[in-house]
Amino acid sequence: MFDLTGKSALVTGASGGIGASIARALHAQGAAVALSGTRTAPLEALAAELGERAFVVPGNLSEAAATEQLFKDAEAALGKVDILVNNAGLTRDQIAMRMKDEDWQAVLDVNLTAAFRLSRASMRGMMKRRWGRIVNITSVVGVTGNPGQANYAASKAGLIGMSKALAAELASRNITVNCVAPGFITTAMTDALNDEQKQKLLPAIPAGRMGEPGEIAAGVVYLASEEAAYVTGQTLHVNGGMAMI
Amino acid sequence: MSDIAERVKKIVVDHLGVEESKVVENASFIDDLGADSLDTVELVMAFEEEFGVEIPDDAAEKILSVKDAIDFIKANAPA
Repeated sequence: MFDLTGKSALVTGASGGIGASIARALHAQGAAVALSGTRTAPLEALAAELGERAFVVPGNLSEAAATEQLFKDAEAALGKVDILVNNAGLTRDQIAMRMKDEDWQAVLDVNLTAAFRLSRASMRGMMKRRWGRIVNITSVVGVTGNPGQANYAASKAGLIGMSKALAAELASRNITVNCVAPGFITTAMTDALNDEQKQKLLPAIPAGRMGEPGEIAAGVVYLASEEAAYVTGQTLHVNGGMAMI
Repeated sequence: MSDIAERVKKIVVDHLGVEESKVVENASFIDDLGADSLDTVELVMAFEEEFGVEIPDDAAEKILSVKDAIDFIKANAPA
């Protein structure tokens, strides 16, 4: 099950914990992967670890032209993009009353607008081949909200709405568009939380622990697979039960 | 030049799965031939490929009928 031999995937944010784990998992199922991110060194290290079928395509998602170019580079390296994983994301946390316009815009640009641009760029080939998978990595806070994250929560909720619209547009062409919504996962982003914050967090998670990046990657592999062809417009929540939606 | 018209009609027939007799020059893709908006995008992509011509979005939006497609290609396709 979930064999991805012969498929090609572009993963953004592949230098981060969850993105790297997604790239490893897709690759392990047989897919060729293009690894995108702003920091080249960890991408090169990951590509070296994966060996064959792995390519580095650096790119800056905060800018339109660079995002379009990134997709072209990925297509050139892979030959085609069957699977697009919009995983890149950043946070600029601040209570709304203190949040600057640029902090709002920077988060929306990378988390939501770049995901739209890459999705749009990928559709042409997917429509021609009558096969495609777009998986957007959103977040539990896109559904529940979180103080200090008006920008981040808006961007992640936006991904869910966008995915549903794209899913409706593309379903007849055998292209599915879904989201995976992580809860609290052990990554650099959550390492920034102090012990007190973590102690408050854990009682709210029925599983009693934080999640692992591989547990997100497993959901992405499923949604990218042939077996998930009839699943579209959905959000798969992977959060240890902290929000049951 | 009639060759262009024949090739355009063939693409339309193949793509939309409609009877050749219905693909007359004045036929509208959406109103007469049952295309949806995604079909019209795919037709434009197919025309681009067949004739080696780039059809920008603003021009593509105006290609609504078989005749529109033939006229655009006649005016823009490389000889």
